[in-house]
Amino acid sequence: MVTITVDMDKCQHYGQCCFEADDVFALNDDGQLEYVKEVDGSRRADVESAADVCPMQAITVE
Amino acid sequence: MNSVAASVVVVGAGLGGLRTAESLRAAGFEGAITVVGDEPSMPYSRPPLSKEALSAGVQVAELEFRRKPSVADVNWQFGSPVISSDLAARTLTLADGTQLAFDGLVIASGIRPRRLPIPGPEAGRYVLRTSHDAIGLRNYLAPGRSAVIMGAGFIGCEVAATARGLGCEVHVVAIDEQPMIRPLGAELGRGLRERHEHHGVDFHLGRTVQEFLGGDHITSVLLDDGTELPASVVVEAVGSVCNVEWLEGNGLDLTDGVLVDQGMVVDFEVPIVAVGDVARHPNSLFGNIPRRIEHWNMPTETGRRAGVSLAALLRGEQPDQGPFSAMPAFWSDQYHHKIQSFGMPGIATSSQLVEGSADEACIFEYSDDTGLVGIVGVDRTAELAPYRKQLLER
Ligand SMILES: Cc1cc2nc3c(=O)[nH]c(=O)nc-3n(C[C@H](O)[C@H](O)[C@H](O)COP(=O)(O)OP(=O)(O)OC[C@H]3O[C@@H](n4cnc5c(N)ncnc54)[C@H](O)[C@@H]3O)c2cc1C
Ligand code: SF4
Repeated sequence: MVTITVDMDKCQHYGQCCFEADDVFALNDDGQLEYVKEVDGSRRADVESAADVCPMQAITVE
Repeated sequence: MNSVAASVVVVGAGLGGLRTAESLRAAGFEGAITVVGDEPSMPYSRPPLSKEALSAGVQVAELEFRRKPSVADVNWQFGSPVISSDLAARTLTLADGTQLAFDGLVIASGIRPRRLPIPGPEAGRYVLRTSHDAIGLRNYLAPGRSAVIMGAGFIGCEVAATARGLGCEVHVVAIDEQPMIRPLGAELGRGLRERHEHHGVDFHLGRTVQEFLGGDHITSVLLDDGTELPASVVVEAVGSVCNVEWLEGNGLDLTDGVLVDQGMVVDFEVPIVAVGDVARHPNSLFGNIPRRIEHWNMPTETGRRAGVSLAALLRGEQPDQGPFSAMPAFWSDQYHHKIQSFGMPGIATSSQLVEGSADEACIFEYSDDTGLVGIVGVDRTAELAPYRKQLLER
């Protein structure tokens, strides 16, 4: 399993991560980021891409 | 060539340089990688420099990109730029006189803000590209101070919003008829101007700056129609210049950045790739016409591709000739209004409102004679996914 943590103090809800893994990261109707905290190991590359594109570097993948 | 002995030099320690180094490793390149950067810091995120970091105070360490473990052995050389190159001889010369040899080269030197030759005092003039610029500018942004922003593109408008948030009096001077008109068109540009005006920004559109006035330090700005604006600080955000001077004299096409093919490879007898803001690359989604795209995801997308290409070249193999088809993505943040763009609205010949209204949350479509080329949402990021898909299928 891959564990995802988003530092919500850093996150500015830009949603850039959502376009890399839209089943893991999503902006809700209020424009706030919601995300899945654990995904299957096969998704590691996608969630790492999401962490890469985050302009606030708010996403940690373990 | 033996890939174990081969070495790569990356010029430019920004996002594009970092992602290319990571991609080289992911593609199996095991030789030495040296990254030369003229800024004194590890690659960091620039977008916050006009937004939250400018507002809250710049802490470069907090903006640093997390680096993959695979690039832990990269040799970083900061503080001295590359000033010239002999690409056929595979050597670079740094400003401090150091000579560097390479087997493969990554051009990741980005762009710098354009400066206009305007007479008057220098002190108080700022551009915004580096953390250093942002720290200097931040010192001037205080309640009651007057900031004159030259240029009404994204960076100019973001700085205007941040400076208003910090209590400055803000004037934006631009030759254009609406802010952000080139990427967004006149209708959305007007809607965004009204948001800025609502927050107290004064626009001087269709105007140019003639002269800076003051003694040692700028105190006001004289416009071409005779208007004089008080100015504690001036921010010049009037476009950019490519950092390619160090490549001159090698016969490369440097007309607008560095021309590369779909694999980000430069047409030269030595393995060279270019990435990020400085690379003029074809995109099969947009007719394969080589263009530079100064958008957030491009250093990452071009860097990934370039690393794979360069690793192949250094193994003596042909790089993948498949099309490059990454979707350009850009966002901006002004007074908590979130603008998100996909594709290339800037090349469109017409725009059409498809949801909401230009004064409120909205979505605009952008087209040219080939069909849909871009989509922009204001405060509607979450609803853009189907439009983005439509663009990917064009
Ligand atoms: C203030 C600001 C706000 C932005 N906001 C947004 C935004 O909201 N949304 C968005 O999508 N994009 C935004 N961008 C754009 C985005 O940051 C860039 O597209 C991205 O940083 C480009 O990365 P790069 O690696 O190509 O170039 P850079 O990050 O510029 O890296 C190039 C590096 O090379 C160095 N260099 C240059 N010449 C030499 C030399 N001869 N020798 C050694 N080193 C050299 C430079 O100093 C620099 O460190 C913004 C940019 C800025 C400046
Ligand atoms: S990309 Fe980063 S800042 Fe943007 S929503 Fe995702 S985690 Fe938040």
